[in-house]
Amino acid sequence: MIAQELYDLLKTTFSDGILEAKLDGVIDPWVSVAPDRILDVARFLRDDERTQFDLLTLLSGVDMTKGTLAAVYHLYSMKRNHKIVLKTFVPETHPHVQSVASIWRTADWQEREAFDMYGMIFDGHPDLRRILMPDDWDGHPLRKDYQVPEFYNGMKVPY
Amino acid sequence: MGLLNQRFENGNVLLTSVDDVLAWGRLSSLWAMQFGLACCAIEMMATGASHYDLDRFGTFFRSSPRQADVMIVAGTVTLKMASRIKTLYDQMAEPRYVLSMGSCANCGGPYWEHGYHVLKGVDRVIPVDVYVPGCPPRPEALMEGLLKLKEKIRKERLILKQTA
Repeated sequence: MIAQELYDLLKTTFSDGILEAKLDGVIDPWVSVAPDRILDVARFLRDDERTQFDLLTLLSGVDMTKGTLAAVYHLYSMKRNHKIVLKTFVPETHPHVQSVASIWRTADWQEREAFDMYGMIFDGHPDLRRILMPDDWDGHPLRKDYQVPEFYNGMKVPY
Repeated sequence: MGLLNQRFENGNVLLTSVDDVLAWGRLSSLWAMQFGLACCAIEMMATGASHYDLDRFGTFFRSSPRQADVMIVAGTVTLKMASRIKTLYDQMAEPRYVLSMGSCANCGGPYWEHGYHVLKGVDRVIPVDVYVPGCPPRPEALMEGLLKLKEKIRKERLILKQTA
């Protein structure tokens, strides 16, 4: 399936759950999904006979600036040899996204990384805690407005 | 015994100071602690392997800090790792030495400005005896650093009273 067909399929199946899309003029065509529908969309894309997205190649967080965070899902189907990118945009003040760790087990650690670096909350995640930074770290370092602390446990951090 | 090998007739006497013998003994078997942090560790492993053969200097790796004389900090010291390094250093028996290998361990290296997670130099948590520059240093540089450390140990006086 090409991106346009995938988008049409998603739009007819989920209608209001699919917000916008950019299918032309980009390397990876993407579809934007409502943060509270991403679990349904993910399950559909994995299980439907026409899509069969059995592989989540990448899940990453993005700071879009101006108070918006995003989770980006790069999906690939080994069986159908087609791919699509899903995006969910959430406000910094309420950064809640449904976890897809129950759909693809790869999402487990990658969602933890997005939580660690951007402070996104993945509802339904089996074990949402920091994965890279120390457990007692303050803040989420890859946010654009992040300020490096002066000290961490008595150690000076800036050069 | 190297230089002294089969150079003497039967029954000869060698005169030296106890401090010299102790220093010679200690510098000739500098056991290093077996741990690496980043790409510098790859060079360190290469130095320990057959081609560069660190063993010929009396240095080989021990997997316990209790048995190690020198800690080679090979790689980027993250803030998360720094407290562990401090613990490992404290577990080493004195006299103990630290060789900081590579730019990251020396001063933060390429992470000096934007590395929110990197300790800008391992000497912020433990005292360092020798700094080896490079990113990463070649095995020859690491060996040079160990030879410098040997020079330092050779000059140390353990049993003499220290005069202020």
